[in-house]
Amino acid sequence: MNRILMNKWTKVVVFALCLVPIAVLVWQGPSGWGANPTQYLEHATGDWILRFLAITLTVTPLSKIFGLKQVVRFRRILGLFAFFYACLHFSIYIGLDQVLDFRGVWADVVKRPYITVGFTGFVLMIPLAITSTAAMVRRLGFRRWQMLHRLIYVSAVAGVIHFYWLVKSDVHLPLIYAAIMAALLGWRVFAWFSDRGRKPARGTPARKEPTTVPAS
Amino acid sequence: MLLKRGTDLKYSDITPRDVYVNRRKFLYGLGLAGGLALAGKSLANLVFPSGRAYAAASLPGLVKSSFSTTEKITPEQVVTTYNNFYEFGTDKGDPSKNAGKFVTSPWSVSVEGEVAKPRKFTMEEILKLAPLEERIYRHRCVEAWSIVVPWVGYSFSTIAKLVEPTSNAKYVAFESYFDKKQMPLWGRAGIQLPYVEGLRLDEAMHPLALLTVGIYGETLPNQDGAPVRMVIPWKYGFKSIKSLVKIRFVKDQPPTTWNITNANEYGFYSNVNPKVDHPRWSQAKEVRLPGFFKNTPTQMFNGYGDQVASLYNGMDLKKNY
Repeated sequence: MNRILMNKWTKVVVFALCLVPIAVLVWQGPSGWGANPTQYLEHATGDWILRFLAITLTVTPLSKIFGLKQVVRFRRILGLFAFFYACLHFSIYIGLDQVLDFRGVWADVVKRPYITVGFTGFVLMIPLAITSTAAMVRRLGFRRWQMLHRLIYVSAVAGVIHFYWLVKSDVHLPLIYAAIMAALLGWRVFAWFSDRGRKPARGTPARKEPTTVPAS
Repeated sequence: MLLKRGTDLKYSDITPRDVYVNRRKFLYGLGLAGGLALAGKSLANLVFPSGRAYAAASLPGLVKSSFSTTEKITPEQVVTTYNNFYEFGTDKGDPSKNAGKFVTSPWSVSVEGEVAKPRKFTMEEILKLAPLEERIYRHRCVEAWSIVVPWVGYSFSTIAKLVEPTSNAKYVAFESYFDKKQMPLWGRAGIQLPYVEGLRLDEAMHPLALLTVGIYGETLPNQDGAPVRMVIPWKYGFKSIKSLVKIRFVKDQPPTTWNITNANEYGFYSNVNPKVDHPRWSQAKEVRLPGFFKNTPTQMFNGYGDQVASLYNGMDLKKNY
């Protein structure tokens, strides 16, 4: 399994798969986007942000639980695609929905809680995208880099709240996303506690920082 | 142009079916090839799946109405495939997919309450109570999209006068059909069902308030509220209750579905008002469907202020949203 995951082509395949949602939207074309194409595109890209965030957050549990260490190779690309779909989503909102009315956009961000929280989730992804390179990991130091990248938890929660507050009455889909995110974040809390329990008592030196930069 | 056509002409008579079906195929190809660049203006002519959930009957001999707008009518495909009818699913495309087997015949509407002559009207009777008019109204959804629809019907006051409301009647309560068996997605709706709506008596008796039995010269498709519904053009779309089974004249303001669901967001009046925002979004602009851009300014009372503003003289419309 690890050999397949380490194959250099696997990354290409993952990259191509991440492009499928946008490819489908382009292939559908305006005729496939229905009577309210802007809303359709907003919802479609919004769904994919949440899905990519969830998939990205699945990488670490997957590697730890099943010992599939090599899946971590794909974490950066998955996270960047979450950011890519977030950029699309935000651009569609600004360009089509608000028709470049930046005052209107800012009024929405300030006044509408669901937009405030969605916008926050998006903005918090920007530093993560910028510091996603190996050079940035080195510059920040792994511990600090890791701390910073925990912001993805906030973005994931913000994304779900954004969706939940947006729907008028049928909340079953937002609740499904909420359950998935809760499981993924809950696993981390659980892992953190059980990890702490296994650690020796205070006063012993902390674990050594990895000397080499982990493969993305 | 539409104003000049003969009254017995159906929309499908203007362009033969095989021609427009071919045109769709052609445009579909264009749409695929051109992608985004082709969008915009030509969008209206592009393909939508067939919107009719059942064979519509044509409604001949329609009378033109001076209430009609001369604005461009929204393509029928949009009006029949982009619907809010939560009993049949909450996605806009759900009702046209799921309402196909909805049984709307036989049908009757019970008119009761504070009236001298309560009675049940069969659908056949309703179709013959008054000459059917075509009224082309703007329709503004609370979600900030709008369409222009050629409705068919007559003023609600026609049926109201027949039952003779007493002096106790101050409001009118409306109720939609509800059947869990025919509406299996009802549990997902997240709103209390059956759907109920209400108007003040003077609002209901306003000639613009339309008891509606058709669109585009034909009987109503199921997803658009067959076989009979209300259309209140100066209010947000959700006030225009669908698949009507009960009309009750009452003393007190009746409960209304979206107000029950979320009173902060949906008031009893729900008049279209660009100055009073929905708590979660602005109501200043709307997107005219089919289209990309939310850049059509929303008008006070949806542009029907000249006719209806006097109903609300002295009322604080911010408070009575």
